[in-house]
Amino acid sequence: MPKTLFEKIWDRHVVSSLSGDTGLLYIDRHLVHEVTSPQAFEGLRLSGRKVRCPHLTFATMDHNVPTDDRFHIKDPVSKAQIEALTENCREFGIKLYDLKSDEQGIVHIIGPELGLTLPGTTIVCGDSHTSTHGAFGTFALGIGTSEVEHVLATQCLPQKKPKTFRVEFTNRLQKGVTAKDMILKLIGTIGTSGGTGHVFEYAGSAVKNLSMESRMTMCNMSIEAGARAGMVAPDETTFEYLSKGDRPFAPKGRTLEKSIAFWKTLPTDPGAEFDRALTLDASRVAPQVTWGTNPGMVLDVTDRVPEPDKVPGYSRKDVEQALAYMGLKPGTPLMDVKIDTVFIGSCTNARIEDLRGAAAIFRGKKIARGMRVLVVPGSQTVLRQAEAEGLDKIFKEAGADWRESGCSMCLAMNPDQLAPGERCASTSNRNFEGRQGKGGRTHLVSPEMAAAAAISGHFVDIRK
Amino acid sequence: MKSFRSHRGILATLDRANVDTDQIIPKQFLKSIARTGFGPQLFYDWRYFENGKSNPDFSLNDPRFKNAEILVARNNFGCGSSREHAVWAIRQYGFEAVIAPSFADIFRNNSFKNALLTIELKEAEVGEIFQMVERYPGLEATVNLDEQRVTLHLPEEISFHFAIDPAVKERLVHGLDEIGLTLKKEKEILAFESSHDCQMALARKGFRQRP
Repeated sequence: MPKTLFEKIWDRHVVSSLSGDTGLLYIDRHLVHEVTSPQAFEGLRLSGRKVRCPHLTFATMDHNVPTDDRFHIKDPVSKAQIEALTENCREFGIKLYDLKSDEQGIVHIIGPELGLTLPGTTIVCGDSHTSTHGAFGTFALGIGTSEVEHVLATQCLPQKKPKTFRVEFTNRLQKGVTAKDMILKLIGTIGTSGGTGHVFEYAGSAVKNLSMESRMTMCNMSIEAGARAGMVAPDETTFEYLSKGDRPFAPKGRTLEKSIAFWKTLPTDPGAEFDRALTLDASRVAPQVTWGTNPGMVLDVTDRVPEPDKVPGYSRKDVEQALAYMGLKPGTPLMDVKIDTVFIGSCTNARIEDLRGAAAIFRGKKIARGMRVLVVPGSQTVLRQAEAEGLDKIFKEAGADWRESGCSMCLAMNPDQLAPGERCASTSNRNFEGRQGKGGRTHLVSPEMAAAAAISGHFVDIRK
Repeated sequence: MKSFRSHRGILATLDRANVDTDQIIPKQFLKSIARTGFGPQLFYDWRYFENGKSNPDFSLNDPRFKNAEILVARNNFGCGSSREHAVWAIRQYGFEAVIAPSFADIFRNNSFKNALLTIELKEAEVGEIFQMVERYPGLEATVNLDEQRVTLHLPEEISFHFAIDPAVKERLVHGLDEIGLTLKKEKEILAFESSHDCQMALARKGFRQRP
């Protein structure tokens, strides 16, 4: 029977069938960070259990890390959490990419960089944006702390088998439109719970044409549509990414050849059935800007702030609450919305191509008067690459702040935060109330759109 | 894990859709390395003003909902971040169950690990509960997992049936230690590992390889 990409990976990893459609899945890679792991390690200690496969478990610190002075964490609670991870990794024998490591970075950025993320494998992490790794044709899902403990102890995870959802993007993107706009368009179309219980497989010519890094951006935000995971079938683009560069855990030489032969068997078979399917025309996707307090509240940059009773999928009250929080009046053109701060970073958009895209807009320009701009590379590897290419100089000459790697202002668990009422064009993934700082107002956009807003002081249509 | 059979308690309503886990427990409280102490921080930015005073407009601050143990909300409750702290906060505040038309997947998985019963009812049924709570201040309900039934204790009782995955029900009813259950499958896991290629190209020195 023809199978989908997801079904092939699922079937390879079922250790034992539990009741109904629940399987005990084997986990090939477990990524760990400081925020969602301390209680899991404590659980192991309390029950006298060990980490079953330390060699498949990798840790880094990212959420709490200051991006200006990483070795001086002023907040004692943040510092204690970082120290707890160091101690837990030492005690349980887990490889840790700590603040001194040249390879430290946001967990979802360093996994692919290190070659830990490979087609046909299963990856979990106590972080909802684990869906990022699906770009490689990997079943990668975010889990809670109890599940982190479960995987540490057993290398297995009981999971209800999700349904499949094919999302096809036909045709070609317009110039200036990115994977970020594609995924925001999808979330705007199906809503923040449109993918609940499903795994997306992104397909179609516009997806095929995306680079690995753009595919990661797309898969990253699958969770914002409620999906369990997002995936792209591995192809020549994937194999090239994994063959090149210094990725210590990726296969090499003859093993690589064998791996590629295996990876080629993974794409969905012709005739395989999906539970749901949707087709979007990529050539009609405009640069997207969120106007509300969840990623589904999104419109084309050329649109106006909506009337409360004219937003499909949201009640009048939902929209009124969102607009009140965002300080926006219905009917205002999105391009007239003035910005105070720009954040370019996060596991969604802090890879080298994102920084190149933003730098191309900044080159030779200055940011608007009074604008605060943070450019935060996703990893120390991205940082070094950007500096080797001189991108840091372009950012600094434009008036932006060039930082060290971490989650930074995406979730404000570190010193990078918005002040109440501050309005931010952000390349991150969530525009929830208070996400970037209590009272802060977030508009999600692509790196290119964020850079253009930094220069103009308001949103612009970068296609023009 | 604590088991869950049936619970009777006061209903509290939160009339919002897409309540995300950033609202349930804001990021500044995720720095704790403990599993307890999150109750006072539940819905922190909605519950309290900047000066620390409680916001009388937020529904959980309504005196009618004092001591409430069953929370009723709208669609897609618990979306966003995977933080289990959200479930810990809801449990430690004193809620035993949450009723909504739909829940986000990770939140629901997390809730079952902590004996917080998440109950999906039809949108119209949830709407009816909202109305009844308005009409009858202090309204109590019983959520019965054995019978998969929510009963509103009105002068004339109303009840709603809910569906639940039989495997999840079994674990909750018996308060089973899920990790312990998986560890009992050691033979199967070893057999699986002996033939499974997890594609770890670089065997790291100093680490014990399995099997």
